[in-house]
Amino acid sequence: MSISKEDVKHVARLARLDFDKEDIEDFTKKFASVVDYVEKLSEVDTEGVEPTYHVHPIKNVMREDKVCKSLDRKESLRNAPDKENGYFKIPRVLD
Amino acid sequence: MSYKTLIGLEIHAELMTESKIFCKCSTEFGGDVNTHTCPICLGMPGTLPVLNKRVVEYGIRAGIAFNCDIAKRTKMDRKNYFYPDLVKGYQISQYDLPLCKDGAIKIETDQGEKEIGLIRIHIEEDTGKSIHSNDGGSLLDYNRSGVPLIEIVSQPDMNSPEEAKLFLEKLKATLQYIEVSDCKMEQGSLRCDVNINIIDEDTGNKTTVTELKNLNSFKSAVKAMEFEQKRHIGLLEQGKDTKRETRRWDESKSETILMRVKEDAADYRYFPEPDVVELDIEKDWVKKIKEDIPELPHVKRERFVKEYDIPSYDAEVLTSTKALADFYEETVKHTKDPKQVSNWIMTDILRRLKDEELEIDDIKFTAENLADLIKLVNGGKISNNIGKKVLRTMFEEGKDPNTIVKEKGLIQINDEDKLNEIIDGILAENEQSIIDYKNGKDRALGYLVGQVMKATKGKANPQKANQIIREKINNY
Amino acid sequence: MDFLKLTVHELRDKLRNGEITSEEIVKGYFDRLEKLEDKLDSFLTITKKEAIKEAKKIDERLKNGEKLGDLAGIPVAIKDNIVTKDIKTTCGSKILEDFIPPYNATIIEKLKSEGAIIIGKTNLDEFAMGSSTENSAYKVTKNPWDLTRVPGGSSGGSAAAVASGEVPYALGSETGGSVRQPASFCGLVGLKPTYGLISRYGLVAFASSFDQIGPFTKDVEDLAIVLNNIIGYDKMDTTSVEVEKKDYKNALKDDIKGLKIALPKEYFDEGINKEVKGKVLKAVKVLEDLGAKVDEVSLPHSDYGLATYYVLAPSEASSNLSRFDGIRYGSRVKDYDSLDELFIKTRSEGFGEEVKRRVMMGTYCLSSGYYDEYYNKAQKVRTLIKKDFDDIFKEYDVIISPTTPSLPFKIGERNDDPLAMYMSDILTVSVNIAGVPALSIPCGLIDGLPVGLQIIGKAFDEETIIKVAYNYEKNSDFILEPKMGGDINEL
Repeated sequence: MSISKEDVKHVARLARLDFDKEDIEDFTKKFASVVDYVEKLSEVDTEGVEPTYHVHPIKNVMREDKVCKSLDRKESLRNAPDKENGYFKIPRVLD
Repeated sequence: MSYKTLIGLEIHAELMTESKIFCKCSTEFGGDVNTHTCPICLGMPGTLPVLNKRVVEYGIRAGIAFNCDIAKRTKMDRKNYFYPDLVKGYQISQYDLPLCKDGAIKIETDQGEKEIGLIRIHIEEDTGKSIHSNDGGSLLDYNRSGVPLIEIVSQPDMNSPEEAKLFLEKLKATLQYIEVSDCKMEQGSLRCDVNINIIDEDTGNKTTVTELKNLNSFKSAVKAMEFEQKRHIGLLEQGKDTKRETRRWDESKSETILMRVKEDAADYRYFPEPDVVELDIEKDWVKKIKEDIPELPHVKRERFVKEYDIPSYDAEVLTSTKALADFYEETVKHTKDPKQVSNWIMTDILRRLKDEELEIDDIKFTAENLADLIKLVNGGKISNNIGKKVLRTMFEEGKDPNTIVKEKGLIQINDEDKLNEIIDGILAENEQSIIDYKNGKDRALGYLVGQVMKATKGKANPQKANQIIREKINNY
Repeated sequence: MDFLKLTVHELRDKLRNGEITSEEIVKGYFDRLEKLEDKLDSFLTITKKEAIKEAKKIDERLKNGEKLGDLAGIPVAIKDNIVTKDIKTTCGSKILEDFIPPYNATIIEKLKSEGAIIIGKTNLDEFAMGSSTENSAYKVTKNPWDLTRVPGGSSGGSAAAVASGEVPYALGSETGGSVRQPASFCGLVGLKPTYGLISRYGLVAFASSFDQIGPFTKDVEDLAIVLNNIIGYDKMDTTSVEVEKKDYKNALKDDIKGLKIALPKEYFDEGINKEVKGKVLKAVKVLEDLGAKVDEVSLPHSDYGLATYYVLAPSEASSNLSRFDGIRYGSRVKDYDSLDELFIKTRSEGFGEEVKRRVMMGTYCLSSGYYDEYYNKAQKVRTLIKKDFDDIFKEYDVIISPTTPSLPFKIGERNDDPLAMYMSDILTVSVNIAGVPALSIPCGLIDGLPVGLQIIGKAFDEETIIKVAYNYEKNSDFILEPKMGGDINEL
């Protein structure tokens, strides 16, 4: 198996995710099966092949520097889990 | 032992565009919290960035001003990390294909001209800002989220805090000159991180680079670098190996304070931004941007010498910052007397700015006010000395000179009847001086004029007073 | 009215000749929907009040003699990952449980300006990640042809809603087959347009360089009508493409003589259900009889499509889903001791297992030391896959294959095996990797379950695949009537 529990913990840390102790075993197994599957890409000879980040060769699409009305603040804050005086708020944490 | 300091700088400058880099919200500083925000710069699900053309143009402009190679092909990349001020969980920045590469900034050191290399200039978006709430939580304002930035990364070519300061001053002056950033450190539109370490040239031993952050003025940057210089030399001498640290400057303690130790390189998982198409920078576009670049300092200096007929040294001083050059030209426009304007700025104004550690932008009066003052002096309405007094009041109160002169009754007394009356009084009280003068003691005349000036609190026209006294004594 | 059978163009005609009002249509569909939803679970949000209000407005306009577009007054359902102003948009995720967007997706603006009536938001695999609609945090949508089976995914809610006659057409979205696969499973016409044909502004991003909105319709004419109204360059999406304004209805004509069809041998290999293969080849025969020329070809990198997809799509997704951190919108956990814990707990509790797996996969593929081995390698293989298509399209007009390798599977059947689940996308993902258009059209039933025929076209040549589909539809005798089990069949 290509992926260890430690690998999973490291990647989870980067992704700001966490797995319960009882779940991590199962997750690692399934995750590893996917990683093992995509390993088959290494069979492909890509010497001299350019990557395709965008499927169409469109370039230089930009807009002019013009200001438009912003969103009403009430709307901006409407979905905020917590807010105070027009700010988004995060309650006190230890660090 | 000979120690060599190595300093490299990473500068973030906010660009003076009207709108943000990927949305149409205003970039204006100081707006009411979260009022310059929209679904895009709040990172709402479903939104997409649309690149502001002027951001690219300003980036290229900076690249041209610093002699960089402008990329023929460039793209935006995502830099992934989590932080509450970062709305999307990634910053749209540039990674392996920056807009500009390999430039240089020339500085004038005591040992002569020195070239500091620039590794790259790239464009990116700024983050929001967080402040502490009364109950110890954090409050987030996203007005700054998506304000365009250029990041300028120098080579570690500076060997002293002084050189770093010269570099920063030159960089700031140039960015202001080419009108891409107002570079106000106190508003955060110019931010500077320092990488510093020391090498023992005899042994080749060197300290691990320390990164200095949160430097909110050139002065604190210099102080922090000086502190680090000493600290690093101490580390070398004790043979201590250090980890890569990030430290900040604490003004009250006058020392740098450890923020965090970098255990391993942060993993930003950069990859090409799929939502923004790539850019081909055509030669013609760069040419056009070059043509539109505002006058650079050295060109302006030469023009000042030619156009205003002022000495080269004066022109050099007057063009040291764009703000000063603009102030000079604006004053000249209103007086049509470039030499006098230069004299006033070069002497009284710059001396005062230096004494008070101010910049031309900080003064309370306008170029037009100064022009009015010079006109008052030139037109004989007030004497040169009174003029200097009025300038002092202008510095303090920011009022226009005409008002000051009127309020304080400083208009020069040119009226002959009035002068006759005053002088008659003075002569009546100083008969001995009249006799002395008649006996050939010229000094007596100076004394009498002085008495007239004293009696008028300096307002009498000294030339006229002199003339009248002489006439009166001759007819005595 | 037989809402199960009615198409958009039939409804339009009835509206125009005054046979029925928009209000009656909308209420009629709601009656049906309210009876079916218990069994199907297609919808996450219903917007009945607003829909009836809008329908009345359309009736008013029609009464005033206004000439309205093809979609005016006709109900539509929207996959719940397309942002709707003031209407809850959850993406099937707990993390967006109460999210009420302050703006509309561009496509929603377009539909509204055409007078389309939005009746609700449909269920989906969380953040469109899945092939069965079982990954929704809210409900499991059932296949109207067999309520014990999945409708496919991730746009399973939209597919089930159209197939069961809860709504005449609906929008889904595709990243790797999420319209075509459920269209195939539910016996519908479903299109994945060329990347860039439809604005993505307001489509909650899964994998930005793959995502496209696509419609589900009952027939090909409806597809042309809907497509006419939703495409076009959008200045809010710089990856959208300026194309010449077309009327796709012009593609609805009998004209496939000499058309060159390519059958990629890799799409008919041993992994494909034999009966499915048989139905598809029978459909190809229909086209051949109409004068099309058919050749077997090879898309040599097909075998790497799924692996490429499962590197690239999760990579982009891992970044796209980073914004869900519990700060500005969405749910946030109550207990945490640090900022990191706030992020970690909010995300770990807010995301379901499949989403976590893909975020993990993407994070891994982009992480230091693995970028070149996975992400960049896959982007290079993507170039080769795209070139395979380019090469074929130099000589052929369309590529035809099955849409899915098998029939709709049982609910719960593949839940515990992510790879088995991913395999159901094996015939669809390469199209998304290459950015070309493809549609799925029903081509028969096996054991009472629909089979989909996939028609793939050149970039921005939707006309040709519509034309081929239209010709097949006209000349096939496939009956579109889901069983839906028991008494609801009678509705």
